[in-house]
Amino acid sequence: MIEIKGISKRFGKLLVLNKVTLKCIRGECIALIGPNGCGKTTLIKSILGMVLPDDGEILFKGKSIKQDFVYRSEIGYMPQIGRYPENMTIGQVIEMIKNIRQHKGSYDEILYHQFILPEMLNKRMSTLSGGTRQKVSAVLAFLFNPDVLILDEPTAGLDPLATEALKDKIIAEKQKGRLIIITSHQLSELDDLISQIVFMNEGQIVFHKTVDALKEETGELRISKAITKILKSRMV
Amino acid sequence: MSRIIRFIILDILKNRIVLVYTILLAAFAWSAFSLEDNSSKGTLTLLNIILLIVPLVSILFSTIYIYNSVEFIELLVSQPIKRNKIWISLFVGLSLSFVIAFLMGVGIPLFVFADTNIAIMMTTIGCIITLVFIAIAFLSSILSRDKAKGIGISISLWLYFALLFDGLVLFLLFQLAEYPIEKMMVFLTATSPIDLARILILLQLDVSALMGYTGAIFKDYFGSTLGLLVAFLLLLIWVIVPFLFSLKIFKNKDL
Repeated sequence: MIEIKGISKRFGKLLVLNKVTLKCIRGECIALIGPNGCGKTTLIKSILGMVLPDDGEILFKGKSIKQDFVYRSEIGYMPQIGRYPENMTIGQVIEMIKNIRQHKGSYDEILYHQFILPEMLNKRMSTLSGGTRQKVSAVLAFLFNPDVLILDEPTAGLDPLATEALKDKIIAEKQKGRLIIITSHQLSELDDLISQIVFMNEGQIVFHKTVDALKEETGELRISKAITKILKSRMV
Repeated sequence: MSRIIRFIILDILKNRIVLVYTILLAAFAWSAFSLEDNSSKGTLTLLNIILLIVPLVSILFSTIYIYNSVEFIELLVSQPIKRNKIWISLFVGLSLSFVIAFLMGVGIPLFVFADTNIAIMMTTIGCIITLVFIAIAFLSSILSRDKAKGIGISISLWLYFALLFDGLVLFLLFQLAEYPIEKMMVFLTATSPIDLARILILLQLDVSALMGYTGAIFKDYFGSTLGLLVAFLLLLIWVIVPFLFSLKIFKNKDL
């Protein structure tokens, strides 16, 4: 569904992405993990067209995303730090995005109600806590029934109740055959969600494996342990 | 696109600064005309407002507004919208708000008190000058990610065009008085939108004594009608070029 072909990106002297090649198929739930500053967010932003790679190309459903923007109507994006116009209220932001996207089908308002947003519609974005902002981002990402969901650190800052609701939602979407890409540092949270793991370091993909293969290789049952085992064996 | 423009205009109206600007302009304009006994003196007072205050407010407010819209822009870029559309909508939204403010504040009293010809000329020029400085604000705010730096660039550009440029012209004039520098002076004038605006209005008002050196040469060089057209075109170029340049940078910017 999404094919990344050898993209590179440089910010000044720093090579953030170094010839990254990756194939993401429908129905998979891919975890993008790696140390801070390894290029995860840059990779995600390249898929969204927010960062323009210096080299290589990205195909969305077989078509290059360069000079295209329509494909973004099939992506729900939840940013790491949701930044919204500070003087707008939650209700106005949601209305505005609905208005701009001109979505034809039905809205998916499950998270909207689970996060009890209807009671907070009049709150200004500038008064919101980090967690509530995350909730707004999550609601916007799922609202338009997108085929692809890109979630950058979705659970950071959410309370346990909201985290559970979000995880259930992600599993439900996965079962509908959508492609889900998640970055996260909390490996333990990913256990029952993901089907593939992409490990990045210093702008390159170190490995891309299915969870089953990873568990088999390492003989561990938990993803977090399996990954630490692999990393340790590589260090030696 | 019109939906985004509507959001921007509503947002600017909520901000109230544009309303205050309209009221201040109106206060200036009405008092200028009612304090002077003949309308041409009032027109000259208004000319100074158009040449100094309108550019300053347009460039400063626009620069700050663009920096404050960073979140809004980021939010829209991840949505299915063309990047061009976002930047153009921002420009149209800001321009419409300021042009309407100018028309309400200065345009109405001009048409009430001054000759129709002069009123038409001055409102047109005032609107174009507004657009020029908004376009320059777009350019200076895309050149730097740092807000303080961007506002600094904008203020420096205003200072240069509004105040320093005339000094520079005078300096060159005295230094090079023995050489035939008329053509160079005409060329120099084209590099300052405020000077162009001043010449356009003064050619219309027919007060050559006030025109300053560059204006006199301009009139001499082009003759009234042709000079008018050329100056008009140059002013429009001052709107289009900075904006297109900023649009090109915005299209390739990483957010």
